[in-house]
Amino acid sequence: KIKMCSFVRPFLLSVILTSMFSLLRSDPLLPPSTQQVHRDSLVCASQPPPAQYGGRHTVTLIPGDGIGPELANHVRELFRFCCVPVDFEVVNVDSTMASEDDINNAIMAIRRNGVALKGNLETNHNLPPSYKSRNNLLRTTLDLYANVMHCQSLPGVRTRHRNIDIMIIRENTEGEYSSLEHENVPGVVECLKIITRTKSLRIADYAFRTAREKGRTRVTAVHKANIMKLGDGLFLECCKEVASGYPEITFDSMIVDNTTMQLVSRPQQFDVMVMPNLYGNVVSNVCAGLVGGPGLVPGANYGEDYAVFETGTRNTGKSIANTNTANPTAMLLASCLLLDHLKLHAYANMIRRAILSTVTETRLHTADLGGQGSTSEVVQSIMKVKNFTVTF
Amino acid sequence: MAGKAWRSAVSRVVSAFKNATPQSRTFTQGMQTVTLIPGDGIGPEISVAVMKIFEAAKAPIQWEERNVTAIKGPGGKWMIPPDAKESMDKNKIGLKGPLKTPIAAGHPSMNLLLRKTFDLYANVRPCVSIEGYKTPYTDVNLVTIRENTEGEYSGIEHVIVDGVVQSIKLITEQASQRIAEYAFEYARNNQRASVTAVHKANIMRMSDGLFLRKCREAAEKHRDVKFTEMYLDTVCLNMVQDPTQFDVLVMPNLYGDILSDLCAGLIGGLGVTPSGNIGANGVAIFESVHGTAPDIAGKDMANPTALLLSAVMMLRHMGLHGHAKKIEAACFDTIRDEKVRTQDLGGNSKCSEFTDAICQRVRDMD
Repeated sequence: KIKMCSFVRPFLLSVILTSMFSLLRSDPLLPPSTQQVHRDSLVCASQPPPAQYGGRHTVTLIPGDGIGPELANHVRELFRFCCVPVDFEVVNVDSTMASEDDINNAIMAIRRNGVALKGNLETNHNLPPSYKSRNNLLRTTLDLYANVMHCQSLPGVRTRHRNIDIMIIRENTEGEYSSLEHENVPGVVECLKIITRTKSLRIADYAFRTAREKGRTRVTAVHKANIMKLGDGLFLECCKEVASGYPEITFDSMIVDNTTMQLVSRPQQFDVMVMPNLYGNVVSNVCAGLVGGPGLVPGANYGEDYAVFETGTRNTGKSIANTNTANPTAMLLASCLLLDHLKLHAYANMIRRAILSTVTETRLHTADLGGQGSTSEVVQSIMKVKNFTVTF
Repeated sequence: MAGKAWRSAVSRVVSAFKNATPQSRTFTQGMQTVTLIPGDGIGPEISVAVMKIFEAAKAPIQWEERNVTAIKGPGGKWMIPPDAKESMDKNKIGLKGPLKTPIAAGHPSMNLLLRKTFDLYANVRPCVSIEGYKTPYTDVNLVTIRENTEGEYSGIEHVIVDGVVQSIKLITEQASQRIAEYAFEYARNNQRASVTAVHKANIMRMSDGLFLRKCREAAEKHRDVKFTEMYLDTVCLNMVQDPTQFDVLVMPNLYGDILSDLCAGLIGGLGVTPSGNIGANGVAIFESVHGTAPDIAGKDMANPTALLLSAVMMLRHMGLHGHAKKIEAACFDTIRDEKVRTQDLGGNSKCSEFTDAICQRVRDMD
């Protein structure tokens, strides 16, 4: 009798949730952009940790610098308001300290919880090379090899180009960001860019798998193999190799300078793009600028075992910190990606729908979008959005 | 005649001891000879167009045509023909059309060869929105100055073990200093208000850090020009949202390659973008950066705007601002007029018609 009871309740809960989930999926009231966004959030990522302690997940939260802490607070506020079953373990990292203890604590917390939401940590580039970028350290230690950024034109946000829908998959751990530099002769510095076969195959495989899952038809590899014949040549070769296993997806390649030129004249031609680390940095920032700026696009870093979510363009926003003018959309959408990763799709869709309707319909824009709204006003508006209930 | 030649020769020698900056007094005496390298594909047609326009504008330029096909010199090293090198060394100023890079020809690209021969260390690309040619970006007015000899394009690559490749990015103090100094000189000579150094020193601390240090040192020496530093990703982000906030940008090789093409895309592509390469010893080669377009070669369909604007840049470098302004205005007016435009700009006129329209305007201006 006791055995029967123990699995009946969670079973019923899962039945109700899945039926609600399927209802929401085919909800005709959802604007097309939200439906698209929902579909896209079914990314093939690593298995999220099982929810322990009464069905609640624990997620590491690293506020970061600049606008990070205030945005992290807004995320917590919103989650509390929506009764999202997520508890945040806040780990503060002081980027001004020389010792790496703080970031190591954060990494340990992420290993413990499996998932994290993070603000950007500032790197003072005037310090000597022994002081490494904290963000980079986190990514390489946890082997978060894929950085995924989905740039979509949002109705209601005025940009020069319309109908952009580009998914950027960027190798996140090697390439130019290997931080291997030396000065053999005074005045001559060498910086090593490392490209390996295993990592290139891994990222290419991730790109094609994701493209297949989301029903994308074309993958473009961005490179500079005409100049860096061995390095980018190897990357391109790996992409071609993986492409042969996905015959339904068209594969082509483009040189990075031509890519940036095409992006500013005709960005609609791109579908999924895969590239090494530095070109990924350039292309993702260009695309984010094309769809409306750093305040709108969320980013995700996936590894085999861990996932870390942040804003797409990784800005600290030092100049607007604590002025209540930052755009919370990117961070809030990143938290929705986090919820999708934890398979809390109902909550994710509800919050995403509210955010997108605030951005597109009510026109409560912050300064970066040309409006005069404040961060708190935007968050309040999101919470006030109608049909904002999760019914059980 | 001989006296004039002697004077111009002396002043050229004198100017050669100074840094490569426009020296108005040197070149306004009589005809200045410029080496012209027509190039391949549409190169010859657009070169002819430019020569015609210069003639109509009565610019004091004499053209010396030379061909640069790689030949194997003594010792097995590839080099450009000696008469081309001699001509460039004598004239110091060159105008170059597009050169094709043959695949598997055994020799490196011609552009690379020219760069190495004359130590062309700075690539300057002014990007100004063309009034008659609509792009989503208006009011673009910036200049990208790119270090052209080292950085990520040093070509030093090794296979460490099977499946692991390392590519070396080389940054030297000397090259960084040279490009930084040039950027500030350029800003000063062309009345530009600020110079922005583009870098990624948060990740590449030593290499971009060295570059940044040299830029800061050059900024100290040129306090009349404002200096800022910005991360590459921030520049890209802001460039596509609001390009008007940028003025002169100076950066190492790879970032320069990407950003200069990004800026070219903002104003309409490589078909309308001028470019100049500044070398050591006062050598400067101005070129059009588009391809040879073999599919339209010989059909009188080419657009000479890029080469023409590069030639205008050359005139400004030589100090012939009056002629430069006249030709540039004629070119922009013709494009704005929309009556005579080549195919790539959205019209269906021939190259010769476009050229004649500009010549007519230039003559009318006198």
